[in-house]
Amino acid sequence: MKRTRIAYPYIFVWMPIFIVAPLIFVAYYTFFDKGHFTTEYITQVFSERTYLPTFWNSLWIALVTTAVCLLIGYPVSYLLANMKKNTAALVSMLFILPMWMNMLLRTLAWRILLNDGGIIATVLSWIGLGNVQLLYTPGAVVVATIYDFLPFMILPIYTVLSKLDKSQIEAARDLGANSVQTFMKVVLPLSMPGVISGITMVFVPAMSTFAVSGILGGKSVLMLGQIIEEKFKRGTFGIGSTLSLVLLILVLISMAIMRRVDKDNAAEGGTLW
Amino acid sequence: MKKIGKFLRGAYLGIVLFFMYMPILIMMTMAFTDSKSASRWNGFSLGAFRELFEDSDVKDALIVTVIVAVVSAICSTVIGTATAIGLHSMKKRSRSVVETITQIPMTNPDLVTGISMMLLFSTIGISQQHGILRLIIAHITFNLPYVIFSVMPKLRQSSDMLYEAAMDLGCRPIQALWKVVIPDIMPGIVSGALLAFTLSLDDFVISYFTGGSANNLSMLIYSRTKRGVGTEFCALSLIMFAVVGILLLVINLRSIKQEKEAAAQNKKVMRKS
Repeated sequence: MKRTRIAYPYIFVWMPIFIVAPLIFVAYYTFFDKGHFTTEYITQVFSERTYLPTFWNSLWIALVTTAVCLLIGYPVSYLLANMKKNTAALVSMLFILPMWMNMLLRTLAWRILLNDGGIIATVLSWIGLGNVQLLYTPGAVVVATIYDFLPFMILPIYTVLSKLDKSQIEAARDLGANSVQTFMKVVLPLSMPGVISGITMVFVPAMSTFAVSGILGGKSVLMLGQIIEEKFKRGTFGIGSTLSLVLLILVLISMAIMRRVDKDNAAEGGTLW
Repeated sequence: MKKIGKFLRGAYLGIVLFFMYMPILIMMTMAFTDSKSASRWNGFSLGAFRELFEDSDVKDALIVTVIVAVVSAICSTVIGTATAIGLHSMKKRSRSVVETITQIPMTNPDLVTGISMMLLFSTIGISQQHGILRLIIAHITFNLPYVIFSVMPKLRQSSDMLYEAAMDLGCRPIQALWKVVIPDIMPGIVSGALLAFTLSLDDFVISYFTGGSANNLSMLIYSRTKRGVGTEFCALSLIMFAVVGILLLVINLRSIKQEKEAAAQNKKVMRKS
């Protein structure tokens, strides 16, 4: 019974002060200005013309990134999971290694590639496409975001797929399902937990990134994260807090939707038996 | 037919690996170009490395990064392990409340965690000059959940009877924890500590908002990107890639060794029964 006490410093000191209180401050700065209740920031965020387009910008860039990561990453994880055990360990490490490389440096690498007179521009002009502006375009931001977050999609899906009980696949085949049916009805539903956590691990940071768009998008691709960064660096806490609260709520809503999908799938899996 | 399939699978993995490594490799090659800017190849030189080692800002940032990573990894490992042990013997309902709150820093966008902690620090009066202290507190906070959730599964695997047996044999509670429980969950503690260390080394977003006067490497890189990509960053990326690669190799070799030992032990147990 006494053992519970050694968790008290965390539960009663660290957690309330450094996890709960900071979030309350975000809410406080959203609704209070110098101690007075205000809804000014909320109305400002939803009425001003500058903010709505940035919301859409961030949302579609995050959605495209997540979708492409899933499309590229799922087959990779599937192939890795079906390799021989020793090869899989080595090859999967190759795929996961970039995840641990500093993200800013990985983003900078794209700046070298996309620069005027850089490698990609040179190749394009050889082919005869002439001078194409690559840097400071939405395309540059999307490609680099996909590049940065792809390992975060591969890792969780691979983990789930490699622990999959192979006898279930064999059972499906024995019962006459062809490989497509086996995949759609057995492998895909069973791998959903990995897909869900992959999607959240890509979507949440992609939605809130400001470094990638700052380095590769310049002023041409304004994302939510950049505006929040700018507001806080200028010391305008009110509007910055409001924007981050909205961001947080958007993220929570999308995660709730994902959980719902996961649950529905689990229920479907249940009716199978 | 089978051969074509195998070829296609290999080709797909190859293309994705090419996409993942080409930018990093080109960047690392540019570490050896004889020019200030990384966009063009100008013949071989080691100038970038010399410049990197002579740059006092880089040195300061490196010191900050390492201090913060070491201190926050140690603190979060100690607090996290204690918390996990305490939580493990708590009642289910209160435990799940604490676990849910603990997950907040993992699921929150880094941006929101960063600004919320910045608001806290500026309100309770830990000023910008205490940059290192702010960084350490922030890093402990985002490391704690990872430590707690890598120790918890090990506690679930180990038996509570061990602790009780140690007490029956005359240990005081602290002795029982130190001599019996901690050694039993050591693998979880070590992997939690390594995870905390790497996460702290790599962090940019949270440090950016909480750092104040202290710059870590990521913050330095970001503040310099506005001037374009200098070759010193290419040299830096080469060094960091090597460090991370070695670290990951060590972690993986450790886990492979552990698996082998576990398998050997299982065999022994099987034989005895």
